[in-house]
Amino acid sequence: MDFGFTEDQERFRQEVRSFLEDEIRRGEWEPACDAWIQGFDPEFTKRVAQRGWIGLTWPPEYGGQGRSHVDRLILTEEMLRYGAPAACHWFGDRQVGGAILSFGSEELKKEFLPRIAGGEAYFGLGMSEPGAGSDLASLQTRAVEDGDYYVINGQKTWTSCAYFAHYIDVYARTDPEAPKHRGISEFIVDAGSPGVSRIPMTDITGTEAWSDLFFDNVRVHKKYLIGEKNRGFYQVLHQLDYERSGMERIMGNYPLFEAIVQYCRESKLSRDPVIRSKLARLQVEFEVGRLLGYRVTSVMEEGRTPNWESAMSKAYSTEFEKRLANVAMEILGLYGQLMPESRLVPLRGMAPHSYLGSKGYSLQAGTTEILKNIVALRGLGLPGS
Amino acid sequence: MKLKLSEEQEMLRIAARDFLADKCPRAFIKQMEESETGYSREMWQEMVELGWMGLAFPEKYGGGDMGFLDLALLLEEMGRACLPGPFFSTVVLGGLPILDMGSEEQKERYLPAAIRGEKIFSLALTEPGHRNHEPAAITTEATPEGDGYIINGTKLFVPDAHIADYLLCVARTKPADEVAVFMVNARGPQIDCRLLTTLGGDKQCEVVLDGVSVSKADLLGRPGQLAAVQRIVERAAVAKCCEMVGNIQRVLEMTVSYAKERKQFDRPIGSFQAIQHYCVDMATDVDGARLSTYRAAWMLSKGLPCTGEVATAKAWMGEASQRIMDLAHQIHGAIGVTMEHDLHFYSRRAKAAELAYGDADVYREMVAQEMGL
Repeated sequence: MDFGFTEDQERFRQEVRSFLEDEIRRGEWEPACDAWIQGFDPEFTKRVAQRGWIGLTWPPEYGGQGRSHVDRLILTEEMLRYGAPAACHWFGDRQVGGAILSFGSEELKKEFLPRIAGGEAYFGLGMSEPGAGSDLASLQTRAVEDGDYYVINGQKTWTSCAYFAHYIDVYARTDPEAPKHRGISEFIVDAGSPGVSRIPMTDITGTEAWSDLFFDNVRVHKKYLIGEKNRGFYQVLHQLDYERSGMERIMGNYPLFEAIVQYCRESKLSRDPVIRSKLARLQVEFEVGRLLGYRVTSVMEEGRTPNWESAMSKAYSTEFEKRLANVAMEILGLYGQLMPESRLVPLRGMAPHSYLGSKGYSLQAGTTEILKNIVALRGLGLPGS
Repeated sequence: MKLKLSEEQEMLRIAARDFLADKCPRAFIKQMEESETGYSREMWQEMVELGWMGLAFPEKYGGGDMGFLDLALLLEEMGRACLPGPFFSTVVLGGLPILDMGSEEQKERYLPAAIRGEKIFSLALTEPGHRNHEPAAITTEATPEGDGYIINGTKLFVPDAHIADYLLCVARTKPADEVAVFMVNARGPQIDCRLLTTLGGDKQCEVVLDGVSVSKADLLGRPGQLAAVQRIVERAAVAKCCEMVGNIQRVLEMTVSYAKERKQFDRPIGSFQAIQHYCVDMATDVDGARLSTYRAAWMLSKGLPCTGEVATAKAWMGEASQRIMDLAHQIHGAIGVTMEHDLHFYSRRAKAAELAYGDADVYREMVAQEMGL
């Protein structure tokens, strides 16, 4: 057992920090909450790619660096600590690249992985539908074979980053006669294809966080089928294990955490024993979430796909994020209600932003209830209902 | 970063688990709780033969030369089995502080005796009126006399003092007013020891030191040991967390298997989502507790500064263990609140452990200090 990092790993952490601090010093961007999913900055993504930090764990022949999952943990931890605008590459780096690597043809790997790693191809996810949320397997979007093509019709919803994604990872039904889990396939769809249209959706923070995507006779060449036909549901479960695996679930609002602690130190509010206790409780809870996240990385490092481990980590961490926002609001008192654009706003309005935004964290990528079902059935071996 | 145990550690764990499953059944725990001494001499001897007392001590004193992390795993198994007796007192509160603070002569005198199971040790720290362990607030006095000191004071919650051969007694030297630790003969005539009756069923004592005479050679280190005493408490807190990791893991397993077996409405109650989610909440608390405890134990074993990590582990464990016990009792239903069932052994100990060496409030304040608040 070893909770430490090697000298090389510590050096890498330092390297990432220096890079990010330099970016901030040059005024390239300002640290922000949710920047991993809302910080759209193609130039930043390009600079990250130049350092080889996208697809870090992928084999070098596909543009990766063949580095360890611990290195990627360090990289993402630092990106999140500084609230860096990494949304352009986050989905491709975290999960779609991995899905292509695990299930995709050699041709797909060669076409997409180097471009994701190069910061040139951004991905959005086409999973949920109006009638298929937690029960993802009931999705109705259809893909029908027509010669060398599939023709896709249907609607996807809650797609993050769709307004800048070049490609959408779409799950569609290819066998309507089969049991619902066994008739779904996964496709890479060019977001600019004829027949793809988009309606933006604004979340309760006022951010254009998602889109509804409509597919009207969209023709996709068969080579863009990822993996086996009708195996898409099993592939999406695998991908979701990775979607839930990262430190963004516990550190998505880290800039707020750091800022509220700093605020209490400077304002001397920290002398108040109630406030000390609130912040220390958050710190303890944060550390536990971090360790649950480290455990996920450790599972990956052993060569296993994290399953219930990432479900547990994500379920725990998103609830933490809600408490963090609540505590920050409580400490700021009446000032907590001031929105980012208001006069007198403390902490750049991060607290109300997180307070509102965090309501969605425990819904995306599997609700807390679905995640607990996964842990119950797969982790604890409890019987299905 | 590698969070898996090594093969040797897995072997140690399995050996300990098998031994304790065999030697420490429910009837034994109950018998020990009801007995005057609270432990079995025969089993103590077997533990010596397994090398457990000496596990974490250097070879030259007869020890096994392994680290605190290995001891942590052993403590975890003891917690899992609710093992009664003075192992914790002798090793964590006695032997390790002597190893840290003692002179070579003291180490040679006391450690081999502890490792061979011939002598039992404990720590006399807390005093009347202290809600928690407060080394800085102790008032027991050590007044110089001749070539030594005379100690006067009352110590409370001293584990296993009634069977101990030596107490590490924390006192304040007069007139210098420095915290010092003395090796005191626990069987001496000026010591009055009375058992308290505790929730956890363990043996804790009130110890009155009424003019106990010690020599300068009985001092562990020099006076001015507040930081060292705080380190003893810090390590004891981690060691207590290790026991608790075993306790809560076992409670989770008992509860999950009960939920799989117990049927109502013609199906196992574990197939109901409400029960499933309770079990997952328990598992999350257990895993968070294990990871934070192992991290603190790992840092202690490496000699790294880890006040924040220790405080995190104990603060989390204190409250998480209570949530776990509440849910375990809820899922077990009425059978779990009877003396027939084993669960009470675990929930009683969990509450006692929460109070030992500082509760969650104490450690959250420590975390606050570490955060620079």
